[in-house]
Amino acid sequence: MTLDYAIFLISAAVAVFGATMMIMQRNPVASVLYLILSLVAQAVVYVQLGALFLGAILIVVYAGAILVLFLFVIMLLNLRSNPELSASLPPLGWFTKVAVPVLMVVELYFVVDRVIWPPVPTGIVGKNPDFGSVETVATMMFTDYMYPLQLTGVLLLVAVVGAVVIARRESAEPRKTTASPDNRNEQPIDTVAG
Amino acid sequence: MVPIHAYLMLAMILFGIGAFGVLVSRNVIVMFMSVELMLNAANLVLIAFSRALGVVDGHVFVFLVLAVAAAEAAVGLAMIITIYRNRETINIDRYNLLKW
Repeated sequence: MTLDYAIFLISAAVAVFGATMMIMQRNPVASVLYLILSLVAQAVVYVQLGALFLGAILIVVYAGAILVLFLFVIMLLNLRSNPELSASLPPLGWFTKVAVPVLMVVELYFVVDRVIWPPVPTGIVGKNPDFGSVETVATMMFTDYMYPLQLTGVLLLVAVVGAVVIARRESAEPRKTTASPDNRNEQPIDTVAG
Repeated sequence: MVPIHAYLMLAMILFGIGAFGVLVSRNVIVMFMSVELMLNAANLVLIAFSRALGVVDGHVFVFLVLAVAAAEAAVGLAMIITIYRNRETINIDRYNLLKW
């Protein structure tokens, strides 16, 4: 067994372990931490495949931003392990909910099993040492994929504005003061400013 | 030299775990994290084939998928906060009304 294969097996085992524990946890904070463990292991696999930039991005964006957002929400809602959430499912529910993913994985296995492909050159230093570096990815991104990149930027802007609009607490004041229309029009402006 | 099947199998298992989590979990936040896990499994396949073909096009797609995942997480968590404010629970079985 080569060193490459050993690194892959260890990080794959950690990734699967973290993903499994994420589902099993009752406490959502522990769930988030196990997902971070799984993502760090996946970042190791990315780097092994030569995707240096994306390995760093995965840790920065996912572990650093998205999962911190999850932690914020969990703490904002003050969630704890709730016995209602871990109540056992009815047997028929268990059967269907287990059968669907298992069947899906079996189908995917038959697809993957028929892939005929030579082994992947792994490691950072390969035939092309620049493969997956910031420069090569950015060159591709800002030339061939310029329009998808711009559209993704617009999507992010819409998502940020939408998230703020959705999560904004609607003040109880305007509903109570339905008597005077003028007051109702002014009230949202005050809440936005506040 | 690791065969590409190993990476595909890893992505397949992670995707299966994510699908299992979405179906079995009753906690909305855990369901949401399982969806993120499924997105990452798809990303792993893109990167593996990108390496096998020796082109970085797959990396660009993975970058765009990460951006979309971030947008989805922001909007989805905002929706969870709003629903929690109305229903006082994160149990998905209690979210049975579209209009309150």
